[in-house]
Amino acid sequence: MTEYKHILVYGEIIEGQLGAITKELLGGARRLADELGEELHTLFVGSHITGPAREAIAFGADKVYVADNPKLGSYETELYMGVVDGIVGREKPRYLLFGHTDQGADLGPRLAFKLNMAIATDCVELSLEPDTKRLIRIKPVYGGLAMAAYTSDDFPQMATVRPKSLTPAERKDSAQGDLIPLDMDAPLPSSRVTVLERVTEELEGIKLEDADVIISGGRGIGDPEGFKQLEDAAKFLKGAVGGSRIACDNGWLPATLQVGITGKIVAPSLYIAVGISGASQHLSGCSRSKTIVAINKDQNAAIFKYAQYGVVGDWKVVLPTFMDKLKALE
Amino acid sequence: MNIIVCVKEIADPEAPSEDFRLDTDKNVLVASPKVLKVLNPFDEQAVEAALRIKDKVGALVTALSLGKGLDRVVTKKPVFMGADELILLEDDAFAGGDSWSTAHALAAAIRKIGTYDLILCGRQAADWNAGQTGSGIAQLLDLPCVTVARKIEVTDGKALVERVTANGYETVEVTLPAVITVSNEIGQARYPKIQNIRIANKVQPVVWKPADIGMEPLSAGSKGRRLTLQKLFQPVVEGTCEIMQGETVQEMAENLALTLRKAKML
Repeated sequence: MTEYKHILVYGEIIEGQLGAITKELLGGARRLADELGEELHTLFVGSHITGPAREAIAFGADKVYVADNPKLGSYETELYMGVVDGIVGREKPRYLLFGHTDQGADLGPRLAFKLNMAIATDCVELSLEPDTKRLIRIKPVYGGLAMAAYTSDDFPQMATVRPKSLTPAERKDSAQGDLIPLDMDAPLPSSRVTVLERVTEELEGIKLEDADVIISGGRGIGDPEGFKQLEDAAKFLKGAVGGSRIACDNGWLPATLQVGITGKIVAPSLYIAVGISGASQHLSGCSRSKTIVAINKDQNAAIFKYAQYGVVGDWKVVLPTFMDKLKALE
Repeated sequence: MNIIVCVKEIADPEAPSEDFRLDTDKNVLVASPKVLKVLNPFDEQAVEAALRIKDKVGALVTALSLGKGLDRVVTKKPVFMGADELILLEDDAFAGGDSWSTAHALAAAIRKIGTYDLILCGRQAADWNAGQTGSGIAQLLDLPCVTVARKIEVTDGKALVERVTANGYETVEVTLPAVITVSNEIGQARYPKIQNIRIANKVQPVVWKPADIGMEPLSAGSKGRRLTLQKLFQPVVEGTCEIMQGETVQEMAENLALTLRKAKML
């Protein structure tokens, strides 16, 4: 039997708070840990993060390792990898999980190659094979056209997990766990990558990933002016605007508002897709929305297969009429 | 300045989904003959990034690809776009690999090439969406790696890179040699120019087998895999869309408002 035990989650503190992805990983990993009868551990790397990192206990972690050091203030691959590698070597976790985020998608594969391990990236479902305790990792491939289930034989078994795909852990004040600060006295290696500037291109209004209603435009919108109409609609619906990769690549809206495999993964209550044909890589980013509404003039567009409600018609006619009617119903 | 760009030939990811068929016995997605082979779009943008550097400061750009039975027109596209050389790792033994065996083969080939300042890859391939190869090559060659770049500027043994983040971007400086993976935000890849085509026609691909890069056939391709694909399946799509009815499009649009309001969704 393997000496590898317990699950280790790479945690992230975002703007001074426990990241949403970390709550999701803790939720998913807790269920696996209970099934294994093993513990759930998490590791945080950064500067001034001990306070929010402690929160992970309330979200189900049995042990929270914290590497808190002013020199770790901004994420840099090799620097952070050194810390994670150290813990993995000591802890020998059975599973090692990352979010498929700016950090995790960068760090996970690099560390996997360092550890000589296979990793499955951008997974949406994790389960365990009862006899072997191997981790079954399911992820969309071919832009979401099919799903692949992967296993590997060596430990730690690694994965990065797509945001909004696991059910987040719920906060429990009574939860018990240990906070373990890591000894960070040893000098950190000099880095070959230096972060010079971090720029937030956040727009005013509701954040795309937090919005309850999203109105999204695709190739059919045709120009930036079209997106102004979508913005007005979003404002009225107290929602956010998103777009397909083509819309973003054409510069009709900022790249940070792209919904899809290489953009944001969203799961609002209502997703209104306007002039979006429904390429699998886009659907992969919005298919977890509670309700999808499609407005498209092509009745054969793939988006109608995924939508619960649809209008077949030119959005330039449909959207203004739809909005007028909504306003009249106010 | 020597730049190596890693490119992958894949089935056109923009082809309609009905042109792909899932073969559950063999665990593969089979593309109909209608589906063209193309360069992975992200890799094409990595070629574009290399050529922009070449245009600005001058560089020898080598495209490197891996597979079996590679399409000579598709894999030569980087050369038609303006790359100088083409190396193909082509052998039956290279087929069916995962990120693990692919990164090992590419790293071995890059070691054999020997001189390089910059290695560029697409951020991920549009078929298996793993996004690991760049990081893997960097680790195997002990190089720094910057992933998901939207802009690269090279000066003085360093590259200034804008890296796409969830909320914007970050500017990082990386010492060369380095691996950089390129994202679609870098912009449209150029079309091959007529004047390039004549030059490109003279460029013959150099073909290397596993032995040429010091690789055991047993560690290449499917035999060198570390991830086992247990099952490939297609999620069932319910397909119960309620299409709004009406005499006119306006009426349909009004019905949508009424329906969503009635369902208390808005």
